[in-house]
Amino acid sequence: MSPNPKLFAVLLLLSASAFVIGCYRRFSLVALGRPEDRLDAPGTRFSRMLRLAFGQQRVLGKPFGMNHFVIFWSFIILAAANAEFLVSGLAPQVSLAALPVPLQHALLFLFDLVSMAALVCVLVAFARRLFFAEPSLSSDYVKARSPEAFLILSLIALLMLAYFGLHAARIAAGIEDPAAMPVSAFIAANLVAPLAIDPATLAVWSWWLHALALLSFLAYLPQSKHMHILTAIPNCFLAGLERPNTQPREEFTRGGRFGAGRVDEFTWKDLFDSFSCTECGRCQDACPAAGTGKSLNPRSVIHALKTNLLANGASLRAGDAPPQPLIAASETGAGAGEGSAAENAIWACTTCGACMSVCPVLIEHMPKIVKMRRHLVQMKASFPEELATFFENVEARSNPWGIAPTERTKWHANLQVRPFEQGKTEYLLYVGCAGAYDARQKQVTVALAAILDAAGVSWGTLGKDERCCGDSLRRLGNEYVFDRTARDNVSLLAERGVKKIVTQCPHCFSTLKNDYRQYGMDLDVMHHSELIAGLLASGQLELKQRVADLGRLLFHDSCYLGRHNDVYDAPRQALTAATGSAPAEFARNAERSFCCGAGGGRMWQEEQEGERINLNRVKEALQQEPDTICVSCPYCLTMMEDGLKDLQGGSVRVKDLAEVVVEGLRA
Amino acid sequence: MLVVVCIKQVPDTTQVQIDPVTNTLVREGIPFIVNPYDTHALEEALRLKDRFGFRVAAISMGPPNAEATLKKALALGVDEAILLSDRVFGGADTLATSRVLSEAIDRLNRQEQVGIVICGKQTIDGDTAQVGPGIATRLGYTQLTLVDRIEKFDPFQGRITVRRKLEGRHETVEAPLPVLLTVVRELNRPRYPTVPMRLESEQATVQVWSNQELQLDQNGIGLKGSPTWVSRIFSPQREKGEIVGDGAADPAGAAHLLVDKLVSRDLLVV
Repeated sequence: MSPNPKLFAVLLLLSASAFVIGCYRRFSLVALGRPEDRLDAPGTRFSRMLRLAFGQQRVLGKPFGMNHFVIFWSFIILAAANAEFLVSGLAPQVSLAALPVPLQHALLFLFDLVSMAALVCVLVAFARRLFFAEPSLSSDYVKARSPEAFLILSLIALLMLAYFGLHAARIAAGIEDPAAMPVSAFIAANLVAPLAIDPATLAVWSWWLHALALLSFLAYLPQSKHMHILTAIPNCFLAGLERPNTQPREEFTRGGRFGAGRVDEFTWKDLFDSFSCTECGRCQDACPAAGTGKSLNPRSVIHALKTNLLANGASLRAGDAPPQPLIAASETGAGAGEGSAAENAIWACTTCGACMSVCPVLIEHMPKIVKMRRHLVQMKASFPEELATFFENVEARSNPWGIAPTERTKWHANLQVRPFEQGKTEYLLYVGCAGAYDARQKQVTVALAAILDAAGVSWGTLGKDERCCGDSLRRLGNEYVFDRTARDNVSLLAERGVKKIVTQCPHCFSTLKNDYRQYGMDLDVMHHSELIAGLLASGQLELKQRVADLGRLLFHDSCYLGRHNDVYDAPRQALTAATGSAPAEFARNAERSFCCGAGGGRMWQEEQEGERINLNRVKEALQQEPDTICVSCPYCLTMMEDGLKDLQGGSVRVKDLAEVVVEGLRA
Repeated sequence: MLVVVCIKQVPDTTQVQIDPVTNTLVREGIPFIVNPYDTHALEEALRLKDRFGFRVAAISMGPPNAEATLKKALALGVDEAILLSDRVFGGADTLATSRVLSEAIDRLNRQEQVGIVICGKQTIDGDTAQVGPGIATRLGYTQLTLVDRIEKFDPFQGRITVRRKLEGRHETVEAPLPVLLTVVRELNRPRYPTVPMRLESEQATVQVWSNQELQLDQNGIGLKGSPTWVSRIFSPQREKGEIVGDGAADPAGAAHLLVDKLVSRDLLVV
């Protein structure tokens, strides 16, 4: 039913060529990345894709999420209507009219309602950007990028309006049945007829408007952030299946390059991620660094990757050095700008994983930051100066403070602690550096030891032979030293015949459980919260009294226990069993919990930019008026206590959950 | 011009204990580290390399396992690493050690002119601070000890100006090359090795020079050439501390008491 099939064919050819060339230009750049297998476990990947892409699980978790859900499904449904439009534009005899009347009516009815729903949602989207902007939408970053969003929304609105114009005209001309299309019929009856618009003219104008909007959209798509409609669904299929904190190992051979200092040193999937970002800003809202005024913004990191790839693509393909650097020494110095990440932004990441847990299309921000850290540390030896001491201490004495390894057992100077013995001891208590050396955390270790003894658990330690697990090394990008640490630890644990490990530190826990799996070690690793909750539930650990002296308890989730390992219930169950009531919750809790500020090796760096992350979190805690902030991690313990001191938190104290439970053992 | 850095492998003294019976260091299982002051000497040599393109040679006298220390120097960027190792060098005091090191430097000087020798101000195991000055004396170089800053260096004029860190004051000294510097920690911040350099250093060879190469009179080296004998090592008994006031209940009062005590013992001047 095209007014001019030949002219339309020419325009379609132009638009389709622009689309194909645009897609080829971008997707062929993805091939510049390093290889990586992302097709394993297709079943798991497929069901995740259904849930997240087609079910829009994460999109729906936010206000206005339903709006996007409707637009998404409208696009899918109207893809059929638009396909029919394109085909019948070229060959007018092929159209819906060829279908049996009941089916034709059913489809027209569906398209009519869906188009209306899409139009309403586009208007809501306009209003959201204009009047209800969330922080991530009102940042300078987005203000600069908003015209593009408005252009895309306008094109969608135009498509819908043209659709109604065309069908209202056809109804007015008596070609289509008004009963099948309530919205178009309403327009025909209330606008076309009263205004005495000529249906034939309206049909032609609407048809061309629809055609031009559709073809412009097609041609523009690969150039725009709306590209995500092509990449988001496959990206949900291709996203990593490993724990988000477990980056791939590196092979240390001479002549190799380590980490990512150039855009082509990322993997193809990293580059594909950058084309999947629609700049929604959920990552920015969730990021503790971005939220406290630091230069890191996970969204900008992904955007920098895309911009850098587009700027350097031609040179890289020609085998030349890329003109635009990926990493800029500072935000204002040489090479800084849209297509690069500044060093201080790269060092600001706490690797808490909040960005990844909210990304609707499963972009992996944090591993990219770690890859850039790997480059800075390993290829350039360039890092904040505080880290030099940290790296040397861990390398020379296998603990962050550089304390003598002989002092690792001092925490149990007044206790009877047995060494782990194969066949005789069930659990290895992996004390961890903080548990062994940090004055405050040593109290937690003692409490945990008392709990294990009271429950009659068979446990032992590696004593002075225990080494640092290497968590901070790995998150800081010092993969070479981590690699040696991991190899040593894995062989030590195998040699001692360890099968079950309990840790009090979520960082040791996650490293032993997830990272060491890459080294062939697959042990039963438990965090003390899991073990204690289990012992309480089974009755193996009997408390002598309900813990009441600690007052109102507020539980803070550790990122490496919660978000990275999905352990949310165990610490809450342990606290509920010990105190008789569930702990109070932060406004941001469980998967939405906010980092204490110490993960990702931030513990060993100064925090000079913006508000201190721990103060932000402690302020949030104080709003709940707790008597005790309960934690499950040595870093959180330090950060919360420091924050309370700085904010003069009065009598509020911080306790590890083991310290809460051990109170119940007092007669 | 060649810059020579003298480094020593020392036991990690934070981990060293003294056997109460034999009065000797318990060295078993104690890891070795590069003498911390020497890491600053090494860094300064590498900075001269970066600035002027000089070649840097690192030398160390010690047992064969001291090779690890020299590998670390190679990973940081020295061009040549030489281990002076021979049974006849063993048991040396500072005099005998300085003879061996001087001879090695002299031998290097015959291949390429040595302009600067850099040593740490002392080692953390012997703590004598004598080897650096001993080398300077034997080689007839100007010795500039306790350097915390190189103020000016003009290799073409053959002059160097350094600042020395003395107790309560600094001293700026100018001297003609060749010089021997002993350096303090404030001089610089040592660099961290890159992974490619580490991997290269794993393959690199450390040259080993024995007395075959140096041809020193055996009466002047090793145990025989050492007039110093260590008769006894012991840990001094530390007197028990004293708790002053009650800091928790009355911090202001405790602070007053503490100040009074320090003033009365002449440890604090008001």
